[in-house]
Amino acid sequence: MSGTDADIIDALVGITPGSSLDAIRARRPEARAHAQATYRALFAPETMGNVTAQERFAVGAFVAGLHGDTAVATAYAARLADSGAAVALKDAVEAAVKEARTHGPYGSYTPGPLSREDTPGPVYRMGATTRRALGPRLAAAFEHAHMLVFHPRDAAPAALQALLDAGWTTTDIVTLSQIVAFLSFQIRVVTGLRILAGRA
Amino acid sequence: MSDSVLKTPEHTVPTAFTRVQLDWLPWLEPLAVDAMTPRHLESLVDAARVKSPYFRLLARDPDALEARTRTDKDIFYNPDAGLPRAERELAAAATSRSNGCLYCASVHARHAATYSKREDDVERLLDAGVAADLGERWNAIVAASVALTATPSAFGPEHVERLRRAGLDDLAISDVIHAAAFFNWANRLMLSLGEPAAA
Repeated sequence: MSGTDADIIDALVGITPGSSLDAIRARRPEARAHAQATYRALFAPETMGNVTAQERFAVGAFVAGLHGDTAVATAYAARLADSGAAVALKDAVEAAVKEARTHGPYGSYTPGPLSREDTPGPVYRMGATTRRALGPRLAAAFEHAHMLVFHPRDAAPAALQALLDAGWTTTDIVTLSQIVAFLSFQIRVVTGLRILAGRA
Repeated sequence: MSDSVLKTPEHTVPTAFTRVQLDWLPWLEPLAVDAMTPRHLESLVDAARVKSPYFRLLARDPDALEARTRTDKDIFYNPDAGLPRAERELAAAATSRSNGCLYCASVHARHAATYSKREDDVERLLDAGVAADLGERWNAIVAASVALTATPSAFGPEHVERLRRAGLDDLAISDVIHAAAFFNWANRLMLSLGEPAAA
């Protein structure tokens, strides 16, 4: 699996032309085409801006790893390798996934009636070895991505300040946030359709 | 000029889920309207969204925004069979309730109530949460949305079976999956780039 033209959801679910899921996806043609267009915009854009392909795929591989879907995680790890990532970077991403894996959604609400629903959970602070291997910019991105994946209701301005401090611009943060949020969608579509097709 | 986190104006923070219209205040600088290129404006898809700080912030990555919006519209507005609009909105509201996105929940609870005329059930979902008893068909849709919202996913064949027993065909079940999955995208942007405020 490589390149950006083949429909990635079809590939990850194993949807073949003429199958019943192929027909179902064809009934929502814009959603199908633009889920793929979003993938292209975030992972193979016409201009990378300040966010390198390797950073995009490193975050992608981390987020996919956190979701615990082996096929998706393997695919994004492969794309990270294809982006020219050194073995040390791939290993560091894998180590970060192992450190950071948990179960969501959890987090706290603004104090008030909803506080009774507050659910404690870990705030990810990357280990020193992994941080050294990834560098401060990706380390900050991974800590932010972990919050977005597992406890988005804990989001706060301080989290954005940490990204700015690590060298992410406002526009970079929009792209980073879209990468994590989009994958949260794409991976769920893959998981859901695979189970709908009886291929759990 | 270096980028910075915005200080929000004084506002009332909502502390309960509501169907009342909320505002949304950005934590990062949206594009200024007069600084937007034709490509930025085009990426909004609906010209009226130029008034929204949320969409002007996302327009900083116009290709991602435009593709996001076109995905969103087909999942929720495509009228060709599948899940009725009210229940696509229910899945969006349940997902937002589960993730804890008060802003998204307010918009889509409003839509779910409007299209279903079941204000009391929607209100129960907001007040009591995703375990509220809304009748079996809605319970099945909420349970499937919540299971898919868990990370790692807790969605399994039993959710598909329950939706089928509740009368959903495979296109409708695919619509539940897409609506819940989409709000896992939307909730994360809304929750992390700004905050809701009482209007």
